Amino acid sequence: MLSCFWSAPQGNAVATFARLLPFWYAPNSKQQAECQTAPAQTRMAALLESLLQKEVEAIKAVEWLKHDGDSDSLAWCKPLKIERQEFVPFLLNFLREQSCSTLTHGPATPAKTPSHPRVSQPSQQGPGFSSEHRGDCRSTGPGTGPRSASRVQLFSSTPSLSPGAEWDTTQPPSGSHCLGGISALSSPSFSSARSPAPSSTSRHTPSERRSTQRASLGDFMPSPPELQHHHSLSLGVQQQPRGRRRSAGMGGQGRQGGGRGVFQTDEVGPGRSEGGGRKGRGGGANKMGDPAVSPPMAQMTTLVQLNLTNLEDFPPMGMSHASPALHTKPSRRINPTPVSAERPHSRPKTCFTSTPFSTRPSSPSPVPEAVTGAIEGSITGALNVGSPPLSLQEERELLKKVKCKRAQQGSPLPTSLDPCTPTKPGLRPVSGSKITPVTLGLNPDPSKVTLTSELDLLADLYCTCISENLVPNVFLELFFVLQLLTSRTPAVTEEEDKDLSMGTLDVLERGYLSKVHNCVYFSVRVLENQFELVSHLDKDTLRLLAENERVTCFSPSLRNRLTLAQDSSTAKVSPSVDTFIHSVPFQPATDNRSNFSSDKAFHTFKKQRDIFYEVLREWEDFHKEPRWEFEAELGSRVRGMVSQLNSTGNHSHFARLFLKQLVQMCKGPRALGSPGDTPDADLLGMLGADSLGRLKRLEERLIQPQGILGPCPPPAFPGHQEFFRDFLKTASCCQLNQHLKDSLCQQLLQLDEVSVLAPVVSSAEGDMEQQDEKQRFSSVLLLARLLAKFLGYISFLPYQTSERPSREIQEATANLRSKSMSVLDVCAVLRSCVRRRRTILTVPWLVEFLSMLDFTGPFLLCYRTVLGLLLSLYRRMVLSREGEVCYLNQLLMVAVLGWLFQIPVIPEELFFTTDFAVAVELEESQTNVQGLDCLPLVDQQLLYTCCPFLGEFRKLLAAFVAGSSARGGGLIRKITPTSAELRGTPTTTRSQQKLQVDLEQAFFHNQPPSLRRTVEFVAERVGSNCVKHMKVTLVCELVRGGERLLREGLISPGANPLILNDSICAQLCDGGQEALERATRFCSEKGPEAIRVLLPDETSPAVLTTSENITKRLATEKAYSWLSSNITALVKREWKTTFDRVMKSLPSPEASGVEGSGLVAKAGAGTAAVSQEQSRTPKRDMGKEEAVTSCPPDCPHSAPLPSDVLVEIKEVLSIAVGPRSEKEALTCLQLNALLGKVGDTLSCKKFSFPMPEQMLIRCTVLLACKLVSGELPMVSPQEECDRTVSPDPVLPDSPVQRVGCSIKVLLEQLILLWGRDCCSSAPLHLLFTEMTLSAVLMASDSQWDNFLFLVRQLVEREILGEEEVVSHWRKLSQLPWPTVIVCLKLETCLSPPHCVELEIGGAHCNNCSREFSQAKPDNC
Amino acid sequence: MKLSRAEYKEIVKCTEHLRPTRQCMTILRQRFPNHSQSTLLSIFSLEYQKRTKRTMSRHQAPDSIESYYQRYLSEAKARPSFPVLLELANEVDLSPALMARIIVDRFLQDQEGSVYMTKIGAGARLAHSYIRFVLNNESQGTSLARREEARKRVGGGGCGQASKQVLNNMLREPSLIPDQALANHVYQCTINDCCYGPLVDCIKHAIGQEAEVLLRDKLKERNLSFLDENQLRTKGYDKTPDIILEVPIAVEGHIVHWIESKASFGDDHSHRTYLNEQFWSYWNRFGPGLVIYWHGFIGELDSQRDRGILLKDCFPSDIVTLCHGTSPATTDSLTG
Repeated sequence: MLSCFWSAPQGNAVATFARLLPFWYAPNSKQQAECQTAPAQTRMAALLESLLQKEVEAIKAVEWLKHDGDSDSLAWCKPLKIERQEFVPFLLNFLREQSCSTLTHGPATPAKTPSHPRVSQPSQQGPGFSSEHRGDCRSTGPGTGPRSASRVQLFSSTPSLSPGAEWDTTQPPSGSHCLGGISALSSPSFSSARSPAPSSTSRHTPSERRSTQRASLGDFMPSPPELQHHHSLSLGVQQQPRGRRRSAGMGGQGRQGGGRGVFQTDEVGPGRSEGGGRKGRGGGANKMGDPAVSPPMAQMTTLVQLNLTNLEDFPPMGMSHASPALHTKPSRRINPTPVSAERPHSRPKTCFTSTPFSTRPSSPSPVPEAVTGAIEGSITGALNVGSPPLSLQEERELLKKVKCKRAQQGSPLPTSLDPCTPTKPGLRPVSGSKITPVTLGLNPDPSKVTLTSELDLLADLYCTCISENLVPNVFLELFFVLQLLTSRTPAVTEEEDKDLSMGTLDVLERGYLSKVHNCVYFSVRVLENQFELVSHLDKDTLRLLAENERVTCFSPSLRNRLTLAQDSSTAKVSPSVDTFIHSVPFQPATDNRSNFSSDKAFHTFKKQRDIFYEVLREWEDFHKEPRWEFEAELGSRVRGMVSQLNSTGNHSHFARLFLKQLVQMCKGPRALGSPGDTPDADLLGMLGADSLGRLKRLEERLIQPQGILGPCPPPAFPGHQEFFRDFLKTASCCQLNQHLKDSLCQQLLQLDEVSVLAPVVSSAEGDMEQQDEKQRFSSVLLLARLLAKFLGYISFLPYQTSERPSREIQEATANLRSKSMSVLDVCAVLRSCVRRRRTILTVPWLVEFLSMLDFTGPFLLCYRTVLGLLLSLYRRMVLSREGEVCYLNQLLMVAVLGWLFQIPVIPEELFFTTDFAVAVELEESQTNVQGLDCLPLVDQQLLYTCCPFLGEFRKLLAAFVAGSSARGGGLIRKITPTSAELRGTPTTTRSQQKLQVDLEQAFFHNQPPSLRRTVEFVAERVGSNCVKHMKVTLVCELVRGGERLLREGLISPGANPLILNDSICAQLCDGGQEALERATRFCSEKGPEAIRVLLPDETSPAVLTTSENITKRLATEKAYSWLSSNITALVKREWKTTFDRVMKSLPSPEASGVEGSGLVAKAGAGTAAVSQEQSRTPKRDMGKEEAVTSCPPDCPHSAPLPSDVLVEIKEVLSIAVGPRSEKEALTCLQLNALLGKVGDTLSCKKFSFPMPEQMLIRCTVLLACKLVSGELPMVSPQEECDRTVSPDPVLPDSPVQRVGCSIKVLLEQLILLWGRDCCSSAPLHLLFTEMTLSAVLMASDSQWDNFLFLVRQLVEREILGEEEVVSHWRKLSQLPWPTVIVCLKLETCLSPPHCVELEIGGAHCNNCSREFSQAKPDNC
Repeated sequence: MKLSRAEYKEIVKCTEHLRPTRQCMTILRQRFPNHSQSTLLSIFSLEYQKRTKRTMSRHQAPDSIESYYQRYLSEAKARPSFPVLLELANEVDLSPALMARIIVDRFLQDQEGSVYMTKIGAGARLAHSYIRFVLNNESQGTSLARREEARKRVGGGGCGQASKQVLNNMLREPSLIPDQALANHVYQCTINDCCYGPLVDCIKHAIGQEAEVLLRDKLKERNLSFLDENQLRTKGYDKTPDIILEVPIAVEGHIVHWIESKASFGDDHSHRTYLNEQFWSYWNRFGPGLVIYWHGFIGELDSQRDRGILLKDCFPSDIVTLCHGTSPATTDSLTG
C-alpha cells in the first residue's frame, strides 16, 4: 500500500501517482499491487509526463486513446506497454488529485517548495493496513442493506486514513470516507458497519486486499480530531493556510492492532465523506500557521498526540522533512474533520465527492461561506455559532442519531434530508441567517490562468476519454467538470501562484488545477468540447450554465451556444397529474367466486384484499413518522394475512392484486417521489395543469439546493415502491414470491416484445403519431423497469447479505448457485435485443434488474457474462459517433449503464479489467432489421424520468448561483408569486376541467380494461383519420377555391401575382380555421359510431354514451391540437404547390385585383350543415322498473312514506294501550287523516316493501280493534270543535254515543281500505281474538254495537267470509268466558243457514230476534 | 343533519337517563326542538343499543330472569290493569320489548311444563342467542333481512326452531299468548318500546329501504346510471355497496364511484364499524365513494374526503357529471 508507493526511489512523480491510483482500478491482489502497480504507475506517469512536456504529440495520444489498435501512429507508446485501460484511470485520478485542493475547503494548495525534498521514506505499513476500508465502505450497516451505498471511487484519493490506534482511544468510529462522497452519503448507517474490528487485519480475502489497495489510494493521514479541535480552539482560525499538512511521523505508530478498522474521518457523517476529510484539512489548516504553538514532537511520537498544525508533522506536499523519525510514513494532508468544532462557521459539506463551493475565509476574520450557509451548512453553523462548540463526542452522538433515524426510515436516500450534512431539521432555519457573502477574490480570471497549454492537453485527453466512453460513467465526469466550474478556492497569493506554475517543479507535480482560474478554464474547455452532451441536459441546467458568470467570462461563445441550446431543450421535469385512484378495481371476470376453488378461498381473499389495503393506508399515514417501522407496526398483520394465503392457496390472486397495485401506484414518473412530496396537492390541483409547472418550479427552487446526491445514487425504492419492498420483505413468503416471479417474468417478457411502430415521418400527421408511439414506448419502458426492479429484488432477496462475503464464501456460493437456473435468461434476452436492435427497451430494464444483484450474483456465470456484454455495449455506445442509434437513445443507455457500473454490488474491477469483457462479444445482426434503437423514442422527459440523478447538475449549478448571488447580489431570479387567480381563467373553470379529467379516469376504473383500450384506440384512430380527412376535404376545397380565385384574379388587368398570392393565402389560412369546427364534427360523428360497433351489445346505455363522449372528446382533442398548430402550415404548403403550378402554367403573370373572399367562405359553408344527431340514451330499463311497481296510473308518488305512517300508527296504538296521560286523546279528524294516509301509502307502491306493508295493514286491524273496544281515547266532536279553537282544552267526559257515531265513520273507512286488493291479506282474525273480544265485551253497548257493525259490514262486503266468522266464533266459544255465556245471533251479518250454528256456550239463536243485536253480557 | 361533536354529545348526555318509551322521546324532542325527530330517535336508539349491550348480560342471568318473572307475576296479580311489565322494564332499565321477550320465554317454560322440559331449555337458550344476535346487529333497516336469515340459522334444529318461532309469533301477535293478562302486558311493552320490538324493527327496515328507493329516485332524476346491490350480487361481487355508479360523478369536487345509504345517524362507533367492514372495502374495490347518513352524522367524522370517503346527510346537490359540452357538436347528451 502506501508504503510501497512511497518506497519508490526518487521518482517523486511516480510515487505521487501511485498513491493516486484508486485501488479499484488496480489488479486484484494487493500483493501484486505492491509489486506491480508501481512499475505500471511509473510507466503511466512517464507517459503523461512526456505528454505534458510535449515530448509526445498530444494528438497521438488522443489517437491512441481513440483506437486501442496497433496503428503505426501509436508505435510510440508501445515500449511503455501501457494499456489504454490502465491509462484512463490513471488520468482520471491525476485530475482528481490535481483538483482535490481546489474542490475542497481545505487549505490552499500548498506551496511546493523545491527546496524541500519530498518525503520519501518508505513506510513500514503492513499489508493489513487499512485493508478493511474498502469492504467496510461497500457493505453497509444492517439497517440500510447493501443497496444503500454507492461508490464514487474516482475521488478516492482524498479519504483520510489515520492510524487507528489513536482514534480508538479517543472516539468511536463513525462514518466512512474511504470511497469518496457518495458511499458515505448514501449510507446513513455506516458507522455501524464499520465497527472497530481488530481482527480484520488478519483476514485477507482477495476482496479485502482489493479494498486495501483502494484504500491506499486515499491513504492520507488524518489527524485526530480531538487534537484539531483543541488547536482550533487555541489557535483560532486566522491563519492563512499554508500547504498541505502531512501527518508525517504517524506512519510508524499508526498500525497498532485494531487500528485499521477505525481510523476514520467519520465525523463527516452520512452526508459526505471525502469532503469531510478535506474539510478537516481546512479546519486543521487554520491552526497551522503558528508552529510555535504546536505541541512538542515528543507528544506526537508517543501516542496519539499529533500536532496537525505543525508543519513538520504535516508538511506541505513536496516538502522534505528533516526528522526521519517523524517521517516513517509519508502521510498526507487529509485530516479527520470534526464536524464543527474547528469550523466555527459553517462550511459547505462535500456533496458527492468533492465540494465545489466554499473556501476557507481568506480574510483574517472568519467569514462563513454563503453557499454553505445557503445550502446546507446549518447544522454546523447552528452547532457552533452563538453557542459553545459541542464536543466532538457530542457531535458524533448527534450524527449517530441522525443516521439512525434515516436508517429507520428505510429509504437510503431521503431526499428531504440534506445528504451532505446530517442536519437536524430544526436547525435548518438557522442557515438562512448564515448566508453571508463569500469572500471576495474568488472571481476566476481568464488572465490568471496558468499552464494553459498543459491544461489544453489534459482537457483533450480527458475529453477523449469521455467521448470514447473510456470512463466508467460519463455523467460522473461531467459532474466533476461542473464541480470544477463551480469550485471555490481561496485566493492564492502571488507567490504561491508562482510556485505552482513554475516550471521548476516536476511536471506532474505542478498544480494544474490548483487554482480556481485554472479549474474554470479547464472545465469550460471540456464543456466546449463536450457541448453536444451538455446540450442534451434539461432546460434549467442549460439556463443555469448559460447564466453562469464564469462561463460568460471564460467563453462567451459557449454561453451563446448554451443560450441557443436552451430553446431546443424540451426536458423539464414536468409533474404528471397524480391520478387519485389508488385501488385495483374489482373485476367480476377475474375476481368473483367462480375464480376460486372454494367458498372459503373466496371469502378469505375478500378479507385479504381488505387487510392489504388497510396495511397500505396505515403505511401511507405513518411511514414518515420517526420511529415508525414497517416490521414492528405491520409485520404481524402482514404475516397473518400471508399465512391465510398459504392455507387457502390464494397466492395467484394475491400476486395479481399486489402487482396491479404496484403498477398502479408506481408506474408513472410521478411515483418517483413519494406522495407526500407535494405539500399541498390540493392547491396544485386548483391551479390546474398549466400553472402546475410554474408552481412546481417555484417549489423546487425553494427546496432544491439542499440535497446534492451526486450522479450515482444507489438503487432505491422511492415513493410507494418502498411499501411494496417492505411488504415483501416482511411477508417473506416463498410461495407468494414464486407467484410474483412467474408473473413478473411473464409480464416483462411480454413488454419486451411490445412492438412500437416506426413513426411515420413523411406525412404531415407524422408528428402526431410519433408522439403517440413515443408515449407508448415510454410507458412500456417505465413499466418494464419497475417490474424488472421488483423481479430482481425478489430473485436476489434470498441471497442478500448486509456485508460482502469473503471471497471464499463467495466462490463457494457462486459454485453452488451456478447449478440452478436463473430466474431470467438475461444473456439470451440481452443478446436477442442486440440482435434485433431493441436495446433501448431492454437494456434499461435489464439494468434495473441487475441493480438488485446480491454480492455474489455478479460472479455467477450468467450475470458475469451479461455484465460483460453490457460493458462492451457501453463501450460501443459512443455518443459522438453518429450511428444508427439515436442520440438520446444512446444517452439514456449510457446513463443507465454508467450508473449500473457504479453500484456497490457490481465488482469494481469490472470496468478496467479485461476479465469480463474478453469472453463475450456481441453479435450484431447483419440483416437490416429496423429495430427500436433506430427510432427516436427517447426524449428528454423520459431520460430524466429514468435517470433522475441527471438533475444533480442543475442542483449543483443552482447551489453555486445561490452562493454567488448572495455575494454579488442578484443572480437569483426574482420569483413572481403564483396566485390562484392568475391568467384570467377563473379558478373554478380550471378545477372543473381537472375534475372532468378525474371523472373520466374514474369512469374507466371500474369498467373492464378492454373498454378503456377500445376508447383510447378509437379516439386515436378517429383523431388521426380526422386530420387526414381534413386534408383531403377542407384543404383541397380551400386550395381549389384559391386556385379559382387566383386564376380569376390573374385575368384582370394589372394583377400582381405576388400580392394576389399573399392575399389568397391569407384568406385560405383563415378558411383553414374552419378545420377545427369540422374536425369536431367529424370526431363526434365517427367516434361514437365506432364505439357502438366495437363495444359489446350488453353494454349499458349510460356506459355506452359515456364511452362515446369520451371518445369524442379525446379524438377531437387530438385532432384539434394538431390542426390548430398545423393547419395553417398545411394550407400554406398546399397552396404554395398549387400556386407554383398555376403560375408555371400561365404564360405571362398578370396581376389583377383580388376579390371573392366569399368563395372561400362558401367553400366551407357547404359542409357546415352536417347535422349533429344526438343519440339519445335509450331508456332501456326504465319501463321495466316502472312495471315492477304497480302504482295507479298518474300516481305522483307523493304518498307519505310507510315508515312515517307506521310511526304515526304506533303512536296512536301506544296511546291506546297506555300508559298515557289524561291529555292524550285523539280526534276523529286526526284518525281520519291517518287512515287516509294509510290508504294513500298502500296504493302507491313506490316505497312499498312486503314487510312494512304487511305491518301497516296489520296495524290498521289493530287500530280497528282499539276503536271497537273503545280503548282509544277519543275526543268528542264537540270537543273537537273546541279544540280547533283552543289548542289545549281540558277534556270533560264526552258523550259516548257521539263518539260512537264518528267511530262508525272511521270503521267504514277501514272497511273500505280492507276491501282493496292490496289488503286482501289483512289479518282480520285479530278482530276475533280473545283480547279484542273481551275488551269489546267489557266496554259499553255502543262498542258492542260498533263491533257488530264492523263484522256485519265485513261480511256484507264479502271481505270476511261467513264461515270464517263462524269458525272464529266457535273457537271463542271454547274459551272459558268469565261470566254469562254470550249468545249472539248475528242476523244482520250472517245468512240463515249459519244462524242455527251460531251458538255460544249453548245460547240459542232466537230466530234472529232484534234484541240480540243489542245483547250484552250480563255482568261485564 | 350534520351535528358538531359538541351538539351530539349534548344530546347523548340527555339520553343517558331516558327510557326507550314514547314519553321519553317527547322529552327529548322538547329539549332539542331544532333537531329533527328522526335524528334524535336515531341517536337515542344507537345510544340505547350501546347501553343495552353493556347491561344485557346482567339481565339475562338466570336469577335475574327468575326475579323479573316472579315480580311480574306478583305485580300482575295485584294490579292486573296496570302496565306492570312496562314499569318493571323501566325500573330495571331494560328495553320493554326485551323484557317482554324474557318474560314470555320464561312463561312458556312454565306453560309447557314437564313434558317439554328439555325442549324449553333449548328454547331459552335460543331466546338468549337471539337476543345476543339482535344486540350485535345494530337495528339497521337494511340489515333486518340479514338478521332474519341469521335468526333462522340460530334456530337451526327442529324443536328449537319451533319454540323460537312460537316465541317470536307471540311477541309479534300477543293475542297468541294463552295468558290474557300477559298478552296485554306484552302488547303494551312492544308497542311502547321505541328501540326494540317487532314494530320498531319493521319501521327501521322500512326506513332503510325507503332511503334506498329515495336514493335511486334521485339518481334517476339526475339521469345517473347505476347498478344496485342485487345486480352486483348476481355479478359475483364480493362486497356490494347500495349503489355503484356506472359513470362516476364528482360531489363537491370529490370523485364518487359508489354510494352507500345509511338510514341512521352516523356516530363514532357505528361509523368506525362501517368504515372497517364496508366503506374501506368498497374503496378497495371500486375507488372513492359517498356515504349518505340520512339521519345525520357527527360533522367531524367527515375527515376522509381526500382519501375517498365522503359523508353527506342528504342527496348531494353539488354534482358534477362527465359532460362533453366542450365542443359545440357534443351537446350534453348525458343530461338529455
